[in-house]
Formats: sequence, structure tokens, C-alpha cells
Amino acid sequence: MKGWMGKFRALFLLGSLSLILSGCGVDKLSALKPDGYGAELLYDLMILSIAIMIFVFIVVMAIYTFVLIRYRRKKGQEDFIPKQTEGNKVLEIIWTVIPIILLLVLAVPTVQAVFDLAETSSDEADIRIDVTSAQFWWQFDYAGEEISTSQELYIPKGERVYLTMKSADVIHSFWVPSIAGKMDTNPGDNENTMYLEAKEEGVYWGQCTELCGPSHSLMDFRVVVVSPEEYEQWVNDMKNADPEATPDTQVAQEGQEIFQNNCMSCHAIGAQPKGVGPNLTNFGDRAKVAGILEPTKENIKNWILNPNEYKPGNTMPANLVNEEEAGKVAEYLMQLKPSEITPESAQ
Amino acid sequence: MSTAVAQKKGFGAFIWDYLTTVDHKKIAHLYLVAGGLFFLMGGLEAMIIRIQLMKPDNEFISAGLYNEMITMHGTTMIFLAAMPLLFALMNAVVPLQIGARDVAFPFLNSLGFWLFFFGGLILNFSWFMGGAPDAGWTAYAPLSTTSPGHGVDFYVMGLQISGAGTLIGGINFLVTIVNMRAPGMSYMRMPLFTWTVFVTSTLILFAFPALTVGLFLMMFDRMFGSVFFDVAAGGNVIIWEHLFWIFGHPEVYILILPVFGVFSEVFSTFSRKRLFGYSAMVFATVLIGFLGFMVWAHHMFTTGMGPVANSIFAVTTMAIAVPTGIKIFNWLFTMWGGTIQMTTAMLWSVAFIPTFTIGGMTGVMLAAAAADYQYHDTYFVVAHFHYVIVGGVVFGIFAALHYWWPKMFGKVLNEKLGKWTFWPFFIGFHLTFFIQHFLGLMGMPRRYWKFLEGQGLDTGNLISTIGAFFMALGVIIFLWNVIYTAFKEPKASADPFDGRTLEWSIPSPPPFYNFKQTPLVRGLDALWIEKSEGKKAMTPAEPLGDIHMPYGSILPFVMSLGLFIAGFGFIYQVDNPVWLSLVFIGMGITLGAMFVRSVKDDLGYHIHKEDLEKGDGQL
Repeated sequence: MKGWMGKFRALFLLGSLSLILSGCGVDKLSALKPDGYGAELLYDLMILSIAIMIFVFIVVMAIYTFVLIRYRRKKGQEDFIPKQTEGNKVLEIIWTVIPIILLLVLAVPTVQAVFDLAETSSDEADIRIDVTSAQFWWQFDYAGEEISTSQELYIPKGERVYLTMKSADVIHSFWVPSIAGKMDTNPGDNENTMYLEAKEEGVYWGQCTELCGPSHSLMDFRVVVVSPEEYEQWVNDMKNADPEATPDTQVAQEGQEIFQNNCMSCHAIGAQPKGVGPNLTNFGDRAKVAGILEPTKENIKNWILNPNEYKPGNTMPANLVNEEEAGKVAEYLMQLKPSEITPESAQ
Repeated sequence: MSTAVAQKKGFGAFIWDYLTTVDHKKIAHLYLVAGGLFFLMGGLEAMIIRIQLMKPDNEFISAGLYNEMITMHGTTMIFLAAMPLLFALMNAVVPLQIGARDVAFPFLNSLGFWLFFFGGLILNFSWFMGGAPDAGWTAYAPLSTTSPGHGVDFYVMGLQISGAGTLIGGINFLVTIVNMRAPGMSYMRMPLFTWTVFVTSTLILFAFPALTVGLFLMMFDRMFGSVFFDVAAGGNVIIWEHLFWIFGHPEVYILILPVFGVFSEVFSTFSRKRLFGYSAMVFATVLIGFLGFMVWAHHMFTTGMGPVANSIFAVTTMAIAVPTGIKIFNWLFTMWGGTIQMTTAMLWSVAFIPTFTIGGMTGVMLAAAAADYQYHDTYFVVAHFHYVIVGGVVFGIFAALHYWWPKMFGKVLNEKLGKWTFWPFFIGFHLTFFIQHFLGLMGMPRRYWKFLEGQGLDTGNLISTIGAFFMALGVIIFLWNVIYTAFKEPKASADPFDGRTLEWSIPSPPPFYNFKQTPLVRGLDALWIEKSEGKKAMTPAEPLGDIHMPYGSILPFVMSLGLFIAGFGFIYQVDNPVWLSLVFIGMGITLGAMFVRSVKDDLGYHIHKEDLEKGDGQL
């Protein structure tokens, strides 16, 4: 008996220790480090439910430990026949009613939170963004503004941003743990809504949380939270970005031509017309290529040549251009920096 | 005299005997062996998953293969391991517990097994025929309907065929428990295991048709050009989620209720006490079964059902915690005042209580719909359902196997090795899954082929992988124990654990006709009542007479084989209509076997009174 509990305790300690070592996870990723209205609300609900549950666990474990120590069969008791109790009505009522009360304590704030988080935009002035997921990337269209972007969602700190979400292919799910919970993006007419309200500036991890194919785990995106002024500036910069602008260097100019001949059937630069692939208007500002790679010329070039090596199962064709051309396109893409406001500046 | 008598005539006869058997005890062996093999397959897949997630950015297996692994791990463990292992227990024990000579429909019992077995084979053949299904065990459309290759087709056909077997099994046990109880065994005198099997069978009856419908829709979408789940043509993908979970949620109660029954028997036996609050336990079981149908959409809180639906399903889900809590407390008070003997079966049961309580606690946390926006589809959920399914169902199956092994195979499993099975598995289990709660909250979604460096998830995943190896070690020791026991342990007595229910009143293993004379049941814990009055055996409810027994039949095997063949035809006719011939051949075999069954009189045979008087095992 002692050994059993001892091992259990050792196990628990080991678990706790590793937890302390890793803290509560990484900033801007962990749901245990909330930085937004939704995440904080859910964190509080989590803490409340954990508190109630730990109370229950302690009660159960107290009785459990007592029973196992006190009533363990001892030497000399081999023939002992205990009293054959049928049950106890009072006890049955107690352990029916108390859990019901505890659950009500949890149910009320749960329902409140569900309705709170279901709020939708009622004001034209609100920032509203259409989120479209596809295998394995995210498109963000700013309603009312002529802005489209992919992979990195810019939002102002402290303001409620309303998302309308759908999918272009299979079901995905949009999750930014440190700012809010998650919501599925469904294909067809089943559009979902949620809102983000971030309380700290910075670059937040976003992930896909519905199995969507081989590169499900690589469908990362970022939410870039900036001050309202910076946001304003970013919106202006994006609106004023000239998709046709001629790059400064010779190589990039050649890259632009190759891009226009080979890539623009899928990839848009500027808000119109929308492409079937990720919008690349501010590609040069991005913190990551395809959500996972460092934004170096080498990485971009390799991606263009063989995207499936990095994100298996994605629909971008390989070897549309040769290696030299890919390098030039990379050069062109890297200088697409319409705004001073970037993930780097937000950090 | 009969083919049903297992005389050691040689290997061929032995195989033939099992292929044709309609004896519930032998069908239990079949379920146990087949379910056990699939359990090892699923376990191997789990190990591969854990090795892949051992370190960040690992490239142990490719992304596509990883998705096949998680899909097959989940599907195999639920449908091909947990379900059949429970059916093994149900078959081995229920007829004995109610004092019956067999199940109501022995032929159907055999058919149910072979359908399950061939369905499972189809599913696993996918590994060798171009790739396994890769859309998750939940197979959400349109990922599943658009998944390239034939993987998901194997999923659809395999589950459809094995699902039919499960449905047949469920109906069989319902009828058996309603009709075949020994004289005096009223519903409120049934052992709790039988009660839970009764409720589980009801759940199977109502839940599996939803899966059948869903699988048919998916089959037609994938194989015959229908568009139920194609949004471009006006289809709706959410319908699959509903159909799947209307089946899928009751399914978890289908799995957990029988082991609740197991624990009730084990706690009671090894505390030498009547089950505390028997009627409350029965009530709680029925209530869980009922509520189990009202909560399916809690798997879909983030689907976008709206706040009203989310709130309703949150509250109904929380409500299930109440009857479950009743059970936990009644088990504790069964031990209270008893004399607890820590056998291996009891050890698994005792370990179940804190483990399952944690699983139940996280269940309530998940029921808080809003908070589920954080938990959903993360490792928190993975941790939760492994706490209830491994900590509940698998612990329960281990407890049951150690408890009923003498009744199934005539020998008590070695106790020392039993404990050596328990400790690595138990420690490994908590190492693997406890940390996963935190991994989920720290931002690790489930079904992730890799996590990246700098996400703070390295330590937790490493611990989890180490734990998985401990669990594997436990399973290996168990297998060793099975072999060791078969060769080294002495034959068990009829009642090695001072049991309380009818199965312990007959020899271990029982003769093929179970009860020479149907026993008279005078209350709950029928055998215990007799023993406490100083009697050595049950009072018979009938004079010794001829016993009517069914003949064995190869037809269930043939029918299932036909569907197995037709299954491949259905899968491959998409590529080339020539394969339709396989559909016709297979269906021809099945329908032909059904025709033979319908026109051929099979009246069974009688064991004569004189032969019975000669003694047990002499026939």
C-alpha cells in the first residue's frame, strides 16, 4: 500500500517538476498565458473548473486513501466475513445533490461565457475581417478596406476585431490560444464568427486545429498586434501599395516579370483580383515563409522549386520555374515591403 | 457424438472447431485473440506516433504516413480492440452469470464475430494495398470524401462490415438477458456486469445505426458519385459530424459501461462485501446510458452551432458527471468496511478510481463549452480521452481478464507477473498522458505530425514518449504471463476467488453446456447466498434432464467471407468496373450461405440425461 501511494506521489512530483521546468508554456502561444479578452475569460473559467474539480478529487482521494489503508485484509483475517451492507439512502442523496450544486456553480459562468463570446459586430465602424482557410494557409480580407493578406493577421491592440470565417476546401480550425479560443472554418454556407481582442502588442502564434491533411501541423499563422496608430498606418500603407510598382534592382525586376508570367494565375499582389493561392502583397514584411520557414532568399527559392518538400500535400506545383528564375522571383518577393509596420516592429 | 466437443484431434480439427463453433465460450476466445491482436497493432501504431513526437521537428515518419498512423490507431483501438475485447468478456461471462446454457442466438453470435473479424481485416489490408485511411478516426468530410487513394474506402467498408457484426452482437445480448435468465433472477437480482452489458447492448442497438447511415452516405459519395458531403453541389459537411457523434458519443459509453460492471464485480468480490447501493448503481447505469444520447454535440462546440446549442449540450454533458460520481462513491463504500484483498484484478480496479476520476474531472472541464474553445482538438482532449479509455476501459479489461481468466481458460493468471504487468503499465500510463493535459493548454493541437522548436513543448513530449515505452513493457509482461500461466500454473478450482455470482458455481472452465441443471436464484449474489448458508452448490431449479444444444456451423464464416470479398469489389470498382464481378461473387457467396441457412433444418441435438449423469467433461 505504502509503495503504491509512494509511486503515485513520485509520479505526480515528476509531472509537476517537468511542468515547472517548462513553465506554463511559451508567451504568445500558451492558453495559460492569456493576453486577450477571450483568452482571459476562458482562463478564468478554466481556473474555476479546475478548483471545483480539485475539491472533488481531494474528497474522493481522502475516502479512497482511508478505505485502502483501514480495510486492507490483514494477516489472520482470511476467514473474516464483513457485514453485507445494502446501501445508504442519505449518503446516496448527499453524493447526488452536492455534485449537482457544484455543476451549477460551473454551468452558470459557462453559459455566460458562451453567449459573451458569441457576440457579433453590430457597428459598421468595427473592424471586420473575412478569414478563409485553405490547405495549408490562411487568407485575411479586411471588409470595407481594399486589403487582402495571407498568413499574418494585423489587428490593433485593445479593439474588438470581428472575424467571419469559412474554408475554401476541407474543415480547418482557427486558433490563437493566447488571444481567444478557436473556431472551425467550414466549407460552404456554414460561416462562423468570432472576435479577437488583444491586450498586448506582439506577434502571436496561430494554428490550425482541425485535421486537414498531411501538412495540418504546418498550417501556422501569426497574429500581429500593434497599437491603434500603427494599425492605422499599416492600413494606409497596404491600401497605397502599388501592385505594379517597379522594383529597384535589375534582378528583382526580372523576378517581377517571371512572377507575372508564371505565378499570378494563383497569387495576387494587391487586393484585387483575388487569387486561389496566398496573397503576397506584403510578402517581404513577413516573419516566416509559409508560416514555418525563416524568410531567407535560399528558403524562398527552395520553396518555389519544391513546395511539397516543406508542406507535403499542398497544391502549389513544383518546378514551374528553373532554379535561376526562382532566385530572381525570391529577390522580387523579398522587396515587397509596403509598410514599416511589420512583425519585427511589433515585437 | 457432437462436433462441439473439443477433443484434441489435431490442429486441423482444432481450427475447424473454432471456425464452426457457436459456443459462447469459444466465441469469447475468438474475440479475445482477434481483439488482442488488433490491440497489439494499435499499440504498435501508438509507439510509432510517440517516437515521431519524441523531439521537435522530427522526421521519423512522413506527414502522410503519420496521418495514416493516427487514423488507424484510433480506429483500431476503438472498433477492433476495445469493442471485441469487451465482447469477449460479455460472451465469456454473461450467459454464465444469468445461469443460461448459451446466448439466445448462438448462430448469430458466431456471425457477429466473423463479421467483425473480416471487417477488421479489410481495414488493415489497406496497409498493403496503397495506404491506410488518413482522415482521422472521425473521418470528417470533406477531408475524408476527398482523400486521394483508397484509404478511406477501406475505412468505410471495414467499419460497415464490422459494425454490422457489433449490431448483431448487441441485439443478441439484449435478447439473451431479457429471455434467458435462470428462474428467480429478476432484473434487480442481475449481477451488475450483466446489467451494464444490458444497457450497453441497448446503446449499441440505437447508436450503431447512426454510424451505418453515415458510412453509407460516405460510401456513396466516394464510390458512386453522390454529393451528400459536397458543398459545391449543395451538400453539407456538418451532417457527417452529427451522424458520427450521434454514434460516437454513445460509443464511449458502450465501451465504459461494461467495465463499470467489471469493477463492480471485482470490488465486491475482493472486499467480500455486497455491492454498496446496488439499486443506485443500476439506476446510475441506466441514466448514463440515457444521457449518453443527449450529449453528442459536445464534440462540436467549435463547429459553430451557436450559443444556444452549445449551452444546452454543455449542461447535459455536465449532468452525466452526477451518475458517474454516484458510481465512484458507491465503489468506495463497497470497499468501506470490507476486507480488501489486493489481487491483480483488484489492483487494476483500485488504480482505476483515481485515474478515472481525473478523466471525469477533465470531462467536466471540457463540458464547459466556452473553455472547450481552448481545449478542443488539443492534447488536453487527447489526455482526457486516454484517461477515460485507457484508465477506464483498458484497466477494466485487464482487471476482468485477471478476474475471469480461470473461468475462461481454467487457470489463474500468475499473480506475481500480474503485478509486474500492472506497475510499468500504470506508471507509464500516467507518464504518457498526465503531461499531455499541459501540452494541450500550452498550445499543442492534436493530430500534429510535428511540433516546432521554441514552442516549449519539448520536455513534455519526451516524457510522454518515455511513458509509452513503459506501457509497452507492461503489455509484453502480460503476454509472457499468458504463456507462463498456460504451461506452469495448476488447474484452477471452480471458485478460486470466493466469488458471489453464478459463474463461480460451475467448473473452470465450464462444460460446454454450462449448467447441468439450471440453478435457482434466490437473490442478488446468488452463489454467495448459498455459500453463506453453508451449501456447496446452487439449488437446481429443474430435475436432471436432456439438454438441447445447437450444432456448430461454418455458414457464419462463409457469409462474412462473402462480404469480405464483396468489400474489395466495392472499393476497386471505382477504378475499373471489372471489379464489380468481385461484388457479385462475394454477395453471391453471402446470399447463397443465407439461403442454405434458411432452407436447411438445423434442429440441434440433445445431450442425454444418462450421459450427463456420468459426470462433467466425460462427454
